[in-house]
Amino acid sequence: MAAARAWDGMPFLELDKLTKRFGDLLAVDALSLVVDKGEFVTLLGPSGCGKTTTLQMIAGFAEATSGEVRLEGHDLLAVKPARRGLGIVFQSYALFPHMTAGANVAFGLEMQGVGRAERDTRVREALALVGLAGLAERYPRRMSGGQQQRVALARALVIRPRILLLDEPLSNLDAKLREEMQIELRQIQRTLGTTTILVTHDQAEAMALSDRIVVMNRGRVEQIATPQQAYERPASPFVARFLGRMNELEGRANLGVVQIATGSWAKPTAPAGEAMLVVRPEKIALVSPAPDRLNGTVRMRVFQGNHWLYRIETPVGVVLVIRQNSGEPGPVEGDAVGLSWSSDDMVVRPQSEGPL
Amino acid sequence: MNPTSPRRPFLGGTAAAWLLSLPALAIFVAVVMVPLAMTALLSFYGWGQYKGIEPVVTLKNWREVLTDPYFREMFARTFRIAALVTLFTALLGAPEAYILNRMRSPWRGIFLLVILGPLLISVVARTLGWALLFGGNSGVINKALMNAGLLAAPLPFMFTETGVVVALSHVLLPFMVLAVWAALQRIDVQVENAAISLGAGHLTVLRRIVLPQAMPGVLSGAIIVFALAASAFATPAIIGGRRLKVAATLAYDEFLNTLNWPLGAAVAVLLLLALVVVTLGCNALIERRYAEAFR
Repeated sequence: MAAARAWDGMPFLELDKLTKRFGDLLAVDALSLVVDKGEFVTLLGPSGCGKTTTLQMIAGFAEATSGEVRLEGHDLLAVKPARRGLGIVFQSYALFPHMTAGANVAFGLEMQGVGRAERDTRVREALALVGLAGLAERYPRRMSGGQQQRVALARALVIRPRILLLDEPLSNLDAKLREEMQIELRQIQRTLGTTTILVTHDQAEAMALSDRIVVMNRGRVEQIATPQQAYERPASPFVARFLGRMNELEGRANLGVVQIATGSWAKPTAPAGEAMLVVRPEKIALVSPAPDRLNGTVRMRVFQGNHWLYRIETPVGVVLVIRQNSGEPGPVEGDAVGLSWSSDDMVVRPQSEGPL
Repeated sequence: MNPTSPRRPFLGGTAAAWLLSLPALAIFVAVVMVPLAMTALLSFYGWGQYKGIEPVVTLKNWREVLTDPYFREMFARTFRIAALVTLFTALLGAPEAYILNRMRSPWRGIFLLVILGPLLISVVARTLGWALLFGGNSGVINKALMNAGLLAAPLPFMFTETGVVVALSHVLLPFMVLAVWAALQRIDVQVENAAISLGAGHLTVLRRIVLPQAMPGVLSGAIIVFALAASAFATPAIIGGRRLKVAATLAYDEFLNTLNWPLGAAVAVLLLLALVVVTLGCNALIERRYAEAFR
């Protein structure tokens, strides 16, 4: 279900031309973004793209050079960091090492002046929510990375934050635990309906968790879209390359037909002339070679459990193909194969725009 | 050669370790343990004004040291001075370390040098400096304060406990600062930010988040400062002089002026024992108190 917009039409959280400059470096360049109540938005990009700086400006740990942040119509930048009422989960978890898990979670409630009885109840509920019921007396040092991560999440959620900010919260966990936490995080966020902003460099994590992704590069927004849109219809070469793998092939378009070596695809919208054809590896099927197909030779294949990764040598260069592991034997090294894909899965870029 | 193949040790692992530490061990036994044992034995010897040291086993020295109010006063003063010095270095050193930890690159180095300064100056020159500032009517600060009409009589400094405490605090401060600084450096900056995001003001962050994490550093600094202050010799000898004796200067006088070596040995051994008890006790306390959170 799409997140509901506030009843009066006013955006919940609004970043308006938010800018941060460190000397000559423009870390965040006029970032504008509207986040609806209950939405899960991810700032995605490589390190140094300005995503963490953006989060820190929202949290108040970095001062904005210019621009505004409005929360329910009120200027957030004018509010002291301690009064913003945001829940933050840090990359290092930043738990208080001298306090038990329970005391860590209770700290924010104590600061709000919540009474002891209510505090105890809410701490217990929060720890139960993240699956740590009964571990309230344990010190962070005695907990695993995953448990510490959960305490940090409970500590941020227990104060009922207006926004939950997550700064690369899963990057210190191993792959399996990370996947489990992704699912759990999404479930908790859906249950509570807390508006959430996640910062990550991991595109799989961004796609698994978010309602919308903000792809950033060098302080600029490249695309704001749902995960599917961003993956299938990347707005820029950077987005295409950052979200998953891409094949870039040289070809020619003429009269609505795209020609790559000996293969041809009907593409009525393609402008005539030299073109760069862009297609995702998993959209390509391996078929038997034929004179009117793009043919190649399997140079290498790598088994990856649920799928095979093929490198196919063709007249237009090496093509990467991902095939699901259906249990049937596929072509092996040295086999001649034909490559086939639906022309809908192919993006045509005129050669003049340069390679992706 | 295959670097991953486990190489057989030349000797058994522990045997090699013992063999390698043998030279250091030998020196330690020869210059620390043996003299210490001899001093302890000496404290049970007799002594006469004209006969000198008598090789008889007696508890006379120990009875004297433990019951005579003169010695009790000396030891009370020694530990009072050490406790006050520890308190002052903690009160000054902990904030100093916090500020130092927050400083940026060139300044941090400069101020670290300033803090370490007292250790680089000879004890005589340093103590003379204090005497110049506060010594009697001619002390610079005393003179200035009296000229300004703020003081009627000079602030007593030489030959007073105050003087000894101030001078010792000055020279022992670096040990406290370094101990606290080491603890502060282990604190994740994000932890303070986390507390702020949960609604804590700056004072609350200091009191509830930074101080508890710096506490093991303060306590280990306190153990070092207390032990050094209680066994300090040069500073109390120069500023306290004969009029204000502490355990260390007392033992020195018994050895070199009265020539009553057995009694001096009893004083020295008692000081050592008291310090060992205090230090180990505090250490055990810290270990127990912070085992869960920090080990």
